[in-house]
Amino acid sequence: MFLKKIALAGAVSLLGSAALACSYQNEVPVKSLSAGFEAWKAVTDAMAECGNFQAELDQEFRTKQPAAFEANPSLYQIGGVSNGTITPLLNAGTIRPLDDLVEKYGANLKPNQLIRINGQIMAVAMMVNTQHLMYRSDVLADLGIETPTTWDEVYAAAAKIKEAGVMEYPLGATMKSGWNLAQEFVNMHPGHGGKFFNDDNTTAVNSDAGLASLETMQAALEFTDPEVLVSDSTYVQQQFQQGKIAMANLWASRAGAMNDEAESQVVGKVAMAAAPKAVADGAPATTLWWDGIVIAKNISDEEADAAFRLAMEGLDAETVQGANDAAIWLVDGYQPTDIAEGAIATATANPAPPAYPSTTQMGLLHTALGNELPAFLTGERDAAATLTAIEEAYTTSAKEAGVLK
Amino acid sequence: MKFKTFAAFVGPSVFMMLLFIAAPLVSVFIQSFQVTQPILEQVEVETCTPGFLTQTCTTEIKTVPILDENGKMITETQWVGLQSYRNVLQMDKFWAAVGNGSWNQIMQIDFWKALRFTLSFTLLTLPLVIGVGLAIALAVNNATRSIRGPIIFISLLPFIITPVIGSLSIYWLFVGDGILTTMMERWTGTNISMFAQAWTIELLMYFYRVWHVAPFAFVIFYAGLQTVNMDTLESAVIDGASRWERLRHVIVPHLMPLIIFIALIHLMDCYRVFDEIVGFRSQAHVISLQWLTFDFMTPDDAGNRAMSRASASSMLTMIGIVILLILPLRRTWRDHKGSAH
Repeated sequence: MFLKKIALAGAVSLLGSAALACSYQNEVPVKSLSAGFEAWKAVTDAMAECGNFQAELDQEFRTKQPAAFEANPSLYQIGGVSNGTITPLLNAGTIRPLDDLVEKYGANLKPNQLIRINGQIMAVAMMVNTQHLMYRSDVLADLGIETPTTWDEVYAAAAKIKEAGVMEYPLGATMKSGWNLAQEFVNMHPGHGGKFFNDDNTTAVNSDAGLASLETMQAALEFTDPEVLVSDSTYVQQQFQQGKIAMANLWASRAGAMNDEAESQVVGKVAMAAAPKAVADGAPATTLWWDGIVIAKNISDEEADAAFRLAMEGLDAETVQGANDAAIWLVDGYQPTDIAEGAIATATANPAPPAYPSTTQMGLLHTALGNELPAFLTGERDAAATLTAIEEAYTTSAKEAGVLK
Repeated sequence: MKFKTFAAFVGPSVFMMLLFIAAPLVSVFIQSFQVTQPILEQVEVETCTPGFLTQTCTTEIKTVPILDENGKMITETQWVGLQSYRNVLQMDKFWAAVGNGSWNQIMQIDFWKALRFTLSFTLLTLPLVIGVGLAIALAVNNATRSIRGPIIFISLLPFIITPVIGSLSIYWLFVGDGILTTMMERWTGTNISMFAQAWTIELLMYFYRVWHVAPFAFVIFYAGLQTVNMDTLESAVIDGASRWERLRHVIVPHLMPLIIFIALIHLMDCYRVFDEIVGFRSQAHVISLQWLTFDFMTPDDAGNRAMSRASASSMLTMIGIVILLILPLRRTWRDHKGSAH
């Protein structure tokens, strides 16, 4: 029985790939290294149909990529990056400008997709990602709660849900200590009107906006699971799928999983809205991200040509239509559905949230935030002392990295 | 043995040790006194990134490294003396906290927080591992021959499991909706969160480590028990020594070299505790020295690594292990000299 199923599945997938076959045969061996989420899987699968292509989908790609691209010849021709992880490649100059290749093969690309740095196209974006409000529309409707638009409203709604006894911990949060927790602060701080750096590269988080951000983050703890400091995006996604939480500020790339009938018990019950604002007249408290491809510099021009042509095959309308709900695609042919509403509302809000800054300093500050914030949330240290500690930790590592003298 | 034969046997292993242990150690030692930085410049950069429908372009001053004509980053290495050690130890903050008499403030400094946990983890699990190992060995030794095989097999199982997998399984069993937590919640009727505060996490770590390492102690002790002098034991029985007195005055002294051996291995292993931190995701509450080094070394999204602090921190870890090992090593040395007479 089991064997039969496998044989059948194999046959179906063969048929499938035959139907979706590539428009040309790729002759040059090409390898790619990217993150491992659903959208990348769809894109690399489409590229593989052209042959001679090997994809490495690895969530640890960010630690491997800089060294792999610095090798000569580079270990991968195509890299999957986001605005956070492109920084080391740009700094080390290991990716090539794509202007001529875009001219040759990029007829279907929209101008919006071309990431220009000083006028040169350095990457081609395929999707946008952002953290936005996901909520159980049924639970909120039952209690007559309007869709929250600010964090104060989110907490008020959470209090109501808790009071009504629907859920003990109605709020989910990606507050796993380290990168995730730091990202929460990075979302909140500009929302409160704060900026991260002064002109001389010293950090500006030790400010009133910083205090306000910490206060907003701390207020969440009343409504979240006590183990929230170990909860990452996957954990929050599962909490949603199992019906344990009613609201969370979660990545748009996780929205599709809510309607995955194999995993989710809440199919069709989770709605998306713009990320909550920190202050009523401000921007949504989140940052905008894009994911896209880059081509290595340390490879021959023929290889770069083949790699880019292959990537364009992966980023065509056919791929997007096959995986419409896997991401908020920027590629032509994408049909936004209900689950894209929140992300689109966030990205088009006025004032709009900032893009995550791709700078060396931001990497250092992100680490400092991730290491110093937990002590505040566990109550071991007060807000003012925490901000001072963040500033000191940043200063130490910035001096070591040569950013500060 | 002829020197030539001796050298032929030992040579390859000495070569490997020099290549893979001594050389990296020297390099880390040197790096802990150096800082390597790229040469940076400030340039105005215009970046265009996608919104949903249109692009937003921003022009800002960015700090970027200068590249040479081959496209490589130009870096410069400076001798900074003990600066990296100062950055890790943060003695000024430490003394200020000591001056205030505030334990809590000392525990806010990463290194001291990690040292506190590493030491209590090492020193608390040591007697437990030896005690539990000895207890299992004695129990097996006194069990009837027919069931000894299966008991030995079962008690060895925890030792076979890969440490990371072992700690992950404990995490999955005890996390918010894990099987064991759900069971305990049903019994007690209260909400239990094992990973919400430091002390429960630490308890689980101690429990896990003892469970994992005790079989090792057991195997060694069990082998040792087979060599206990039966005549001495029998005369002790005739002299009217109780079971406890026989254990204390005959068996334990006989096993003493083995106890020291296990203590040595355990101190070395435990001081490098790392798997539990990662497996239990305990960074918010509990960190260890080895994790601190790892954290310094992990590149962030922008590709920065704090190599100098990582080197300093690993040198400090090594110094810590050496200090811990002095006592048991001195004892073995004395025994060794004593037996030579």
